[in-house]
Amino acid sequence: MTDLTINGKDVTLDVPGDTPLLWALRDDLRLTGTKFGCGIAQCGACTVMVDGMLVRSCVTPVEALDGSDVVTIEALEGPEADAVRKAWVDIDVPQCGYCQSGQIIAAAALLTEIPNPTDEDIDYAMAGNACRCATYVRIRKAIHNAAKMLEA
Amino acid sequence: MNFFKRAAALTVAALLAQFTADGTAAAQEVNGLKTAEAFEGIAPEEARSAAIFGEMAKVITHPRCMNCHPVNSGPLQGDERKPHSPPVPRTEDNFGVVAMRCTTCHGEENRPFLGESGSVPGNGHWQLAPASMGWVGLTVPEICAQLKDPERNGGRTMTEVAHHMGHDSLVGWAWTPGEGRTPAPGTWEAFAELAENWIETGAACPG
Amino acid sequence: MTKFSPTRRGFLAGSAALIIGAHLPVGGKMAAKAASGPISLNAFVRIAEDNTVTVIVKHIEFGQGPFTGFATLVAEELDADWSQMRAEHAPADTATYQNFAFGIQGTGASTAVRNAFTQMRQAGAAARSMLVQAAAREWGLPEDEITVAKGVVSHAASGNSAQFGELVAAAHDSTPPEEPKLKDPADFVLIGKDVPRLDSADKTTGAAQFTLDVYREGMLTVAVAHSPWIGGKVKSVNSAAALAIDGVEKVETIPTGVAVYAKNTYSAFKGRDALEIDWELSEAETRSAEEQMEEVAAAAATGEGVVAETYGDLDAAFAGAAEVIEAEYRLPYLAHAPLEVMDGVIENRGDAAEIWMGSQMQTVDQQVTANILGIAPEQVAINTLMAGGSFGRRAQYDSQFAQELAQVAKAGGQGTFKLVWSRKDDIQGAYYRPQAVHRQRAALDESGRIIGWQNTFATESIMGGSAFEVVIQNGVDPFSVEGSIHKPYDFGAFEARWVRTDSKVPHLWWRSVGHSHTAFANEVFLDEVLQAKGKDPVAGRLELLGDKSPRDRKVLERVAEMANWQGVNGSDGKAYGVALHPSYDAHFAYIAEVSEVAGEPRVSKVWVAADVGIAINPDVVKAQIEGGLGYGLSAALFNEITFAEDGQVAQENFDSYRLLRIHEMPEVEIDLAVSNEKPGGIGEAGTPPIAPAVSNAWRVLKGQPVRRLPLVRA
Repeated sequence: MTDLTINGKDVTLDVPGDTPLLWALRDDLRLTGTKFGCGIAQCGACTVMVDGMLVRSCVTPVEALDGSDVVTIEALEGPEADAVRKAWVDIDVPQCGYCQSGQIIAAAALLTEIPNPTDEDIDYAMAGNACRCATYVRIRKAIHNAAKMLEA
Repeated sequence: MNFFKRAAALTVAALLAQFTADGTAAAQEVNGLKTAEAFEGIAPEEARSAAIFGEMAKVITHPRCMNCHPVNSGPLQGDERKPHSPPVPRTEDNFGVVAMRCTTCHGEENRPFLGESGSVPGNGHWQLAPASMGWVGLTVPEICAQLKDPERNGGRTMTEVAHHMGHDSLVGWAWTPGEGRTPAPGTWEAFAELAENWIETGAACPG
Repeated sequence: MTKFSPTRRGFLAGSAALIIGAHLPVGGKMAAKAASGPISLNAFVRIAEDNTVTVIVKHIEFGQGPFTGFATLVAEELDADWSQMRAEHAPADTATYQNFAFGIQGTGASTAVRNAFTQMRQAGAAARSMLVQAAAREWGLPEDEITVAKGVVSHAASGNSAQFGELVAAAHDSTPPEEPKLKDPADFVLIGKDVPRLDSADKTTGAAQFTLDVYREGMLTVAVAHSPWIGGKVKSVNSAAALAIDGVEKVETIPTGVAVYAKNTYSAFKGRDALEIDWELSEAETRSAEEQMEEVAAAAATGEGVVAETYGDLDAAFAGAAEVIEAEYRLPYLAHAPLEVMDGVIENRGDAAEIWMGSQMQTVDQQVTANILGIAPEQVAINTLMAGGSFGRRAQYDSQFAQELAQVAKAGGQGTFKLVWSRKDDIQGAYYRPQAVHRQRAALDESGRIIGWQNTFATESIMGGSAFEVVIQNGVDPFSVEGSIHKPYDFGAFEARWVRTDSKVPHLWWRSVGHSHTAFANEVFLDEVLQAKGKDPVAGRLELLGDKSPRDRKVLERVAEMANWQGVNGSDGKAYGVALHPSYDAHFAYIAEVSEVAGEPRVSKVWVAADVGIAINPDVVKAQIEGGLGYGLSAALFNEITFAEDGQVAQENFDSYRLLRIHEMPEVEIDLAVSNEKPGGIGEAGTPPIAPAVSNAWRVLKGQPVRRLPLVRA
């Protein structure tokens, strides 16, 4: 049994402690915006926020999260998240869209810490989020655009 | 090379030959690392100390240690010491970058993958050694000199260096690195004892 | 193997002239007229009372934009407002939703817009006519005085106006026009404009539904243990430990491995890990990739095979040549690795079945499922979901995945099952882009001009042994040789010769299919020959193009202008590589700017000049070019499937099958030619030119020829 908060709600997860958060979110709570891409923390599709920090849910066991505050793409909010989503839609970043939950969360986290990132900041921050459709050109542009929106 | 260093080198060579020849080595070696006991016969003390460090270097230069003591790069990964994937640069706090902190993937303990072989290594103190303590590309004597230099060992006294080696759980992780990684040679205890003996014998460096 | 066989006419008619007499089935029209629900005006257009227009899209949306593109075509002729447009996948219904290029329902070969450009416009125009008829009846006014614009039907003189939702019930009783009148392209208001994609917003909130997101009541999750050796079969299995795991309900041996049925993904994967399986390897491929490659190279060296295209007097050209240059090029097995693993949900109801999956070949998926379950194809309903990429993987000539899904359902009995692959299942699951070896010979005259070109290459037949074998004519598989034939250059004398090889490793089309190897082998060799004779890669290509290929000539001239072409050597350790490669009725020229970073090629910028004919949505076209280029770059730099010493696939996941990441993605500057030519395919054509463009720059940087991909080998 693990007690934690997910998207603002108190949740008790009655699953084996080594269950990856990813599968608890998906199979038990039906929060399906968090995606499975590799299972080994290589692709970033499963990224969520835990206690304000980015975490790969595919390698985070539920037992490590007692008392934690988890936020998934479904409940990601705030000025940075809003700006990122708007910037994403404005220039149609997604293609297949499967990696984009992770991309959006990572981009919002980047802008929260670095409001006006350089290309290098973006390269470093987003290097863990792979996109097989290679939407990278637009991800970069959308992050810059979101930064401008936040500045305005 | 000064006299003592040359002597030490010769003595180590002689000892190695001896141990290979007779059967006593087995008791004085654990998991490919000689125990402190194996060096008791070496004199003078400085030669003995240097020989002990030479043994410690088997651990220090092992991928489990070197991978997180890079000099000009981010962390390395795996027994092949490939660049860390996904890529992470070194930063001032040695803890990754925004959106790619160590804790984004690494937890307080090793985490086996579900449905795939291998694991994400983890420890409560998971981070890179500071750049000043980088070892990659250095020779064993250079690493030794660095460990003794407070400017480049995090301001530690030699006792504190020994404590780091023998008691810091991140160092101890090297012997329980999780599925998919070769543990460092010996045991943590044997390495800690070597470190203590090295410092007790004057913390000499091999030549 | 499926019993289904498309007609040669269906396939070839499509390939040759992609738009054949589009017809407008009215499937579903009568059934759909419910009391208050949305109303179908034909099989492709449904209008609701809230004025939303839903386009039923017969092609799967996995990023290439058919939802947006098809909605654009319908909205254009319907004179709808873009904000009222929606899109959803068509059900499996071959008669209504076939791809005219294939003769079956399916997506691939960049045929979506090319086969349905007219059909979708007719669907919109027909619906418009029915709305206008309805308005004329309601208002008692002549049809020809009624206009439609931005979703409003109106009559200027009387001041009458109505939205689509108000008219649709009456429109249902209108007569669909036999020959819907289509707009003059000069009057297009949406086609050719950058309307926003329909699927972007849901893809930023986690709301977009993929197959992995399907959860049904009582559903079991299934993981299948596949042979670690390609072609291995289950000899014996001990499932005691797996069955002891909490949540594991049962274990069944199926033709492709051992299936673990569990209450959730965690238990299914845990259970699979706990299986003890002995594999029968007599039919398996256990040789190294290198040994297999040598076999392909030896086949190419025989010089046998079939001539795919020839012109001029090749013997005379080589006999009279002042110089002959030769080289050999090798390309590896490639996995597609879409980010969403292969997955599917099936409900086995005994006498019927329902499937939820990213089906790329509905007709075949439906057929094989029916065969395995012993029911009629009509009893297999397929709900096509958006998929997390495909790049060719989700369409298998034998419906490999649907077969496994159906076998899981068969062994599982009645119930609902979700089959989920792991990434290792995907990377090690074969169905790779086949290995290829090209031997190239060029005959040059005294001036260094190419007067003869002979390309002999060995690779597997893409369509051989599949349901599409009919496309193989005179021994030539057009999908294996494409890109080595119909070159834009005039070589004087020419021969492209294909030696067909076989392998135990199942192979598949991979984004851009034959072009994925032929573009590299031809454009790199050409560049080497030009360099050997001291010729500029742009000027040298222009000389060979002559007047033969004006559209290729234009894009090459344009890209040189965009990049301010000054030759291959740049400042600051940069080099520039050129490639020109048309495919899918689209014409592309690339110039890549490359430097060396940490011993690897780093591509900082790519200039792209393209002529894709009419671009329905130029921004979607540009996105496909960026994406296709990035996908091809990942492969060119990093990707190959090899076999370890024990004969197992050496790569398992993205740590060993390396993906292009954001810092490795170049800036991409694209110029799309304004064109009224018929639309070209855009999902794949951006991929082929990047490998040769980067390789040509890398050769300049390193002073060594590039004869093999990937450029960075593990």
